Amino acid sequence: MADEPKKPERENQSVLDDIGALAKGLKTTLGEYFSPQVTTEYPEEKSPRSERYRGRHYLRRYDNGLERCIGCELCAAACPVGCILVIAAENSDENRVSPGERYAKTYEINMLRCIFCGYCEEACPVQAIVLGPEYELSDTSREKFIYTKEKLLEPLPPDVQARLDSRPHPDPLPPAGEGKT
Amino acid sequence: MSDLYKDPIGHWVVVVLAMAVVLFVLLTATAYTVWFERVALGHIQRRPGPNRVGPWGLMQLAADGIKLAFKESFVPAKTDRVIYVIAPTIAVAAAFLAWAVIPIGLWYNVQYWIADVNVGVLLIFAVSSLNVYAIVLGGYASNNKYSLLGGLRSAAQLISYEMAMGLSLVPTFMIVGSLRLRDIVDYTVHWGPYTGPIPLILLTPIGFLIYMIAAVAETNRTPFDLPEAEQELIGGFLTEYSGLKFVMYYLAEYVNVITASALATLLFFGGWYLWVVPPVLAFFLKVVFFVFVYIWLRGTFPRLRYDMLMRLGWKVLLPLAIVNVIVTGVIIVLVQG
Repeated sequence: MADEPKKPERENQSVLDDIGALAKGLKTTLGEYFSPQVTTEYPEEKSPRSERYRGRHYLRRYDNGLERCIGCELCAAACPVGCILVIAAENSDENRVSPGERYAKTYEINMLRCIFCGYCEEACPVQAIVLGPEYELSDTSREKFIYTKEKLLEPLPPDVQARLDSRPHPDPLPPAGEGKT
Repeated sequence: MSDLYKDPIGHWVVVVLAMAVVLFVLLTATAYTVWFERVALGHIQRRPGPNRVGPWGLMQLAADGIKLAFKESFVPAKTDRVIYVIAPTIAVAAAFLAWAVIPIGLWYNVQYWIADVNVGVLLIFAVSSLNVYAIVLGGYASNNKYSLLGGLRSAAQLISYEMAMGLSLVPTFMIVGSLRLRDIVDYTVHWGPYTGPIPLILLTPIGFLIYMIAAVAETNRTPFDLPEAEQELIGGFLTEYSGLKFVMYYLAEYVNVITASALATLLFFGGWYLWVVPPVLAFFLKVVFFVFVYIWLRGTFPRLRYDMLMRLGWKVLLPLAIVNVIVTGVIIVLVQG
């Protein structure tokens, strides 16, 4: 039996030891009472997100204001739940939106469908789409969860922007405003 | 104020006023005891506890109360309806009745009481034993196995610990020579140059220890909360209760905690006497301290197994209490010659 080896130890123990154990327990909890709390008071203070946290999406621009997205739809193809809709259109000299041949005329993400896997970010050849740190995405109607291009093009939080700018890999396309490739 | 008690009309005015005040103060105190417990348990677990509703979460109980009051008054099928409804009211009535005989020193030489019964402590014991009816009947009437088990456990537990609790106080009565709570608080000693009230814990420390343990068991609090035992019995006798009926049980539990704390204060810690502190404040501080001890115990110890509970009650506390009575008796005889 598993109990048997324990018995001699138990016999040596007196009532005083038991009371001492109880007192030790009380001392521990009292010590915890006066130790600093570990709670994060959530709505007021937020725990830091990791650099690789996958929150809501952003579409990025080049420094000169042109959109990065070239409307290739690789993100939509990579998306396992099919929540990305891209409709591309041709760039022209009068209406130049992105440096490439085409740009995304429509770019919509259904945030209710999105599983925040980040495959779109991995698939993008020009690093146009990134997942930011925001995770408080609640809203009042289903329609509001379809993020349109205007909403996705909102500027990134400055710290995330700085981090992306300092990435070691250079952008595959030059941010030149005029160059056709 | 003591003169008012002698005047027949003034007496009734004071008593009715006192009853209203006690009811109000107790209900408020209960609410804040619950708040205090939740905050203190939080601190023990290194979290803040309720701190959202009002400053420091002080309005939390108002929010909880409103929520519970507006819940549907639900009675499960095949219950014994009459008993099911009456049981919680017994708990509340018993809990509040005890306060009829608890005196409080309001200011120096100004004391208040509702009923100055010469067997006050006995009355409190009698009334607090009524609590077992509330729990047993509630458990029986709920038509639920868990409730019934909880009720049965409670009956066995309360009977076991009632004995030890009663005996733990006998030395106090032997020393003071009265069961009137006012006399016990005012018990005066002449020790050398000192003459005045004395905390009786100096004379009966063992009695105090037994009282504290038994009182925790009497109020069904952790580590003796077997009638409730969330993990094994869902909620014990409380399982089928919700809304205002649940509130009544809950209220009764916390009033009992305050009563047990107040009794510990009155019987062992000199009631409202505390050096230069004003009497009401002194009484309040002592009660708060004992309420904290209750919460502290709850935050520290796990629940006893049922056989351990019985063993502690019958084989440890009861013999210890009897020995305590005998030893105290012998010492009293020796001292008084």
